[in-house]
Amino acid sequence: MNFPILSIITFLPFVAGVIMLMMPATRKNEVRAVALATAVIDLLLSGWVYLQYLTQGMTGYQFIEQYNWLPQLGITLYFGVDGMSAPLVLLTGIVMFTGVLISWGNDDPHVMSGIQDRPREFFAFLFLLAGGVFGVFVSLDLFMLFFFYEIAVFPMYLLIAIWGWVKTREYAAMKLTLYLFIGSVVALVGALAMYWTQYQNTGILSFDMLQMESAGFSAQFQYIWFLPVFLGFAVLGGIWPFHNWSPDGHVAAPTAVSMFHAGVLMKLGAFAALRVGVMLLPEGAKQWSWLIMTFAGVAVVYGAYIAYVQTDLKYMIGFSSVSHMGLVVLGISTLNQTGLVGAGVQMFSHGVMTALFFAITGMIYDRAHTRMIPELGGIAKVIPIAAIGFIIGGLVSMGMPGFSGFVAEFPIFMGVWEEQWLVAVITSISIVITAAYIMKNIRQVFFAPMPEKLEGHIGDVTVLDKVAIVTLCLLMIGIGVFPSIMVPMVETGVGYIMNLLGGA
Amino acid sequence: MFTPQTFASILPEILILVLAILILILEPFWKEDQRRNAGWLTAGGLIAAMIISLLFARPGEPTAVLGGMIRFDWLGFFFKMMFMFAGAATALLLMDHERAGRRGESYVLLLASLIGMNLMAVSSDLVMLYLAIETASIPLYILAGFLLNDERSTEAGFKYLLFGTVASTIMLYGFSLIFGFSGTTDLYALASIFSSGSISPLLAFGVLALIIVGLGFKLAIVPFHFWAPDVYQGSPTPIAGYLSTASKAAGFAVVVRLFFVSLPDFAPTWTLIFAALAAITMTVGNLLALPQTNIKRLLAYSSVAHAGYALIGVVAFSQLGAASVVFYLAAYIATNLLAFGIVMAFNRITGLEDITDYAGLSRRNPFLALMMLAAFLSLAGMPPFGGFVAKVFVFAAGVQANYTWLVIVGIINSIIGVYYYLNVLKYVYLYRMPNEDEDQNPVPLTRPYNIALVILTIGVILVGTVFAPWFGWSAEGAVLLFN
Repeated sequence: MNFPILSIITFLPFVAGVIMLMMPATRKNEVRAVALATAVIDLLLSGWVYLQYLTQGMTGYQFIEQYNWLPQLGITLYFGVDGMSAPLVLLTGIVMFTGVLISWGNDDPHVMSGIQDRPREFFAFLFLLAGGVFGVFVSLDLFMLFFFYEIAVFPMYLLIAIWGWVKTREYAAMKLTLYLFIGSVVALVGALAMYWTQYQNTGILSFDMLQMESAGFSAQFQYIWFLPVFLGFAVLGGIWPFHNWSPDGHVAAPTAVSMFHAGVLMKLGAFAALRVGVMLLPEGAKQWSWLIMTFAGVAVVYGAYIAYVQTDLKYMIGFSSVSHMGLVVLGISTLNQTGLVGAGVQMFSHGVMTALFFAITGMIYDRAHTRMIPELGGIAKVIPIAAIGFIIGGLVSMGMPGFSGFVAEFPIFMGVWEEQWLVAVITSISIVITAAYIMKNIRQVFFAPMPEKLEGHIGDVTVLDKVAIVTLCLLMIGIGVFPSIMVPMVETGVGYIMNLLGGA
Repeated sequence: MFTPQTFASILPEILILVLAILILILEPFWKEDQRRNAGWLTAGGLIAAMIISLLFARPGEPTAVLGGMIRFDWLGFFFKMMFMFAGAATALLLMDHERAGRRGESYVLLLASLIGMNLMAVSSDLVMLYLAIETASIPLYILAGFLLNDERSTEAGFKYLLFGTVASTIMLYGFSLIFGFSGTTDLYALASIFSSGSISPLLAFGVLALIIVGLGFKLAIVPFHFWAPDVYQGSPTPIAGYLSTASKAAGFAVVVRLFFVSLPDFAPTWTLIFAALAAITMTVGNLLALPQTNIKRLLAYSSVAHAGYALIGVVAFSQLGAASVVFYLAAYIATNLLAFGIVMAFNRITGLEDITDYAGLSRRNPFLALMMLAAFLSLAGMPPFGGFVAKVFVFAAGVQANYTWLVIVGIINSIIGVYYYLNVLKYVYLYRMPNEDEDQNPVPLTRPYNIALVILTIGVILVGTVFAPWFGWSAEGAVLLFN
């Protein structure tokens, strides 16, 4: 019996959330301390899992834990990570940690920073969300995957509706919840169909996904059910044309939630679409990959273009997320080794990058009280570290060599080229557009002369904010300079997927 | 004739009867301000009765007792436990009801209807079944109209009585036709008589229709739901909660036993009827819930919709189907009682029951708001609350029985549901009280509410996370319907 590290990672946030809710509302600092302690423990544990996987040269599913949950229907609490999910578990730990730092807040009503209104509820709901996200990444049981998936969706509504941007929060929160709920229940019908078909084919009553990989679904069955399952999950991945909820949601959400949302939650969609859609229904994936590739290709170029014309900094990042998540789905749709590795690394890279972007945007908004790009300027003078962080994020976003974006995007385009060179040519236009809007906005926000209105009103960020920025930047540079700390690991995960695709 | 087993089979009812008599005797000796203690006695007595029954009166092999009037089996027993749990919670919620809580009669009536419901779950004879249904209903007619000086309550009681008697008369007519065709009233003997196929399908359809009208009223499914919103709104809130949970579940207990055991040969007909009813019920219930502004009416329509979801399990007509219905009811009873309990607790302090009045509740009483979150998210079908797992199980049963279209209707409906449940939570968490400071307007809870609501919240979460035992018991009961 080995140490149940994955269960601890998953359930710790839930426990902490309940503990925080039990604490008196006035003890704000104690609540924050519990939140930070939990986040640090989870970060360390997920980092340990990642390092173990990397340094021990593991392959396949590791750290396996299995407990019977409902034997009559074959539901088990079945956890394990592979080369695909281990980086995402680490990513969740990082975003959770930095998210707590960013939301720390203070009790001075004149200084707007972090979360001041009801931090107890905020951190509790945020941790429910985090627990759900961990659960999806480590679950090897389809039922439990859904269970955690739904847990990850609903706190979003409250987090956005309560602490979000006053102007759009109600609308955006409801829109987001309905989109995601529709997506997940559509996928759920597909999952139930898979469950019963497996029972018919093999007589095994089980939600075990490793079992389902060899359930012998007929080509006809896969052809019908692949699209509902894949697209149902991919809604959360922000796939075009179901991306509409995502920029609105990002913009309306408070900073830490935007980080979680774009940084981790969208990966949840892409990951689940890959895990359930592609890996359990490989024949269906092969037949429909042209459609997925089209959707993703449109998302990449269209998202970048819309980001270019935005004047609201947060909307710009929101649409750039659509574009970058399009790249992830594009990588998945290639169904070849190169493209999938790219998709795997891009999930991590984009998660860190976009968390950084949203964190910095939040800091700027808290101080300047505006996010409109033309109204900003000269921020670099007063918050140099924010400028540095934003530029590094921008370079990652453009796919500059030496940063994690390059390690991720280059293989994706190579993979696409192998399948369909025309799509690769068209989608690579997005790199140019991305470079254009990133540089344009960096110049305006950070280096243009500061408008008089802002002069003297903007102070530097807190130490906690700086720690968050530095952590995120180091990760992106680290992977860019030493791809070997991530790529070989993702390759083992992709190798497993290629077996499924080839063997079917 | 009167063996220990016979005694065990009706032990819970005997205990409830003793409890009711005890309250009748004690209550006149209490002073006016002590009479609410009858609620403690009722709740405590019911819990004690549950424990005693669990220890000494658990069913073994299913047997017919009392001359075939009663079937002593696990399915009935599990239903009984659910009803008694609901009864105990209702008694606690009733205690601090301004006008109903200090009257011993209300508890005695509650217990009387509980005896009826318990017998509904185990009746294996048409005559017994009818008597049980009436025993359960008549006290509820009185309880719904309990607040004599309140017009709405009087209207509720009267409406419930009129609809109820008409429906049960129609059902009785159906029963008598069954007896006319088969010459027996024993549910378990009926199956073999009908399987000879001597009855024309048209007649069978007529008989089924008559019975479904009567039971449809109990379940409050569309188109027999008209009474529900008015009655729920008018009757004392805890009684509305009881009507929407235990009474509905008792109806399902009858449906499951009657149709699965006695009428399997007509299954193609009645599954189709129920499938249509389920689809209409879910859709109408949810659509009518959308524009509601009164929270009790919203919950009334939502409970109509929930009967529709549970019917999917009946339509599936399989072991998993039956088990999922029972599981769904277990989750639903805890959830809906919690929702009505919160409405009651809020109404007691503020006297208000519109959805907009809930603005700022999360600041006025954070714990009440959290419990409301649990209740409404469970109703919406979100994990880790009971509603999610329950929905997945009925949907799974539906897909297994090739009723994918019905499951899709159910899914579209649960999306509608998410919208209006979240809408209520929006008031609770997002909006502030207009022109008032929330800190100056707290919503304190008295002890009975604290106990009842916390237990129900824990129940909702337990059903939704550690679902193995509940599902195990449901499944154990369901197996017995098919041998």
